[in-house]
Amino acid sequence: MGAVPISWYLMLSAFMFAMGVTGVVIKRNPIVIFMCIELMLNAANLAFLAFARMQEPLSTQVAGHVFVILVMAVAAAEVAIGLGIIVAIYRLRDTINVDEMNLLKF
Amino acid sequence: MFEQILFAIMALVIVVTSIGVVAVRNPVRSALNLVANFFALAVLYVLLYAQFVAAVQIIVYAGAIMVLFLFTIMLLNLGSPSELAERSDIKRPITWGLALLFVIVLAGGVFIRLGEAKPAGDDIGTVQMVGKHLFTDWVYPFELTSVLLLIAIVGAIVMAKRRL
Repeated sequence: MGAVPISWYLMLSAFMFAMGVTGVVIKRNPIVIFMCIELMLNAANLAFLAFARMQEPLSTQVAGHVFVILVMAVAAAEVAIGLGIIVAIYRLRDTINVDEMNLLKF
Repeated sequence: MFEQILFAIMALVIVVTSIGVVAVRNPVRSALNLVANFFALAVLYVLLYAQFVAAVQIIVYAGAIMVLFLFTIMLLNLGSPSELAERSDIKRPITWGLALLFVIVLAGGVFIRLGEAKPAGDDIGTVQMVGKHLFTDWVYPFELTSVLLLIAIVGAIVMAKRRL
């Protein structure tokens, strides 16, 4: 097999994670912020699968796949709750600009 | 050789669309960039012998989760870019600079020789293997996930109610 080095996958994962962090910091639209969180979760999934390829007994490689599936379930739950919160805030305040959400801030 | 060319193409798609998610002003275009990103990622999962996870990636992420995003954008009428116009302040260039620095530092990782990828059997990522391990070695996390999803369903319904 013409192997792709594992470190290339990890580089790509790190790049996706950096873009996700950047988006979370600079964006004001909470839906785009959620998309950037998805980007970070997918970066973690790619790293999980890349590291799974390095496990020696072949049966332990499947552990990485199981982890990715659990992460996907958590992401689905997080999106359902998060978008519900966004809709509830929009109904209450008529805006979802995160810079105006300072109710919990002293 | 073929695998490396395929990886290079998909990595290019992922890099471009990851930047696109953050840099584009229209949230609908951000969502479409993210869908393209997920499809390219699914191809990389196949390259990593994770066929089942690749299928789940397309069905769950590119299918269900992105439809939920687009539905919320439609529901809140956020498609117009004039809504939530991004102010340009000092935070943006600083954050882009820090992200670039992060990537440059991690770029050194290319030169580190990690352990080689182990030769995989063809059946590592199939539904049979993943299912067998999910329901034997990992059955307690699996059951906890079902409880988590139940809590998420209840929470979403509570959030969606008009009067709390």
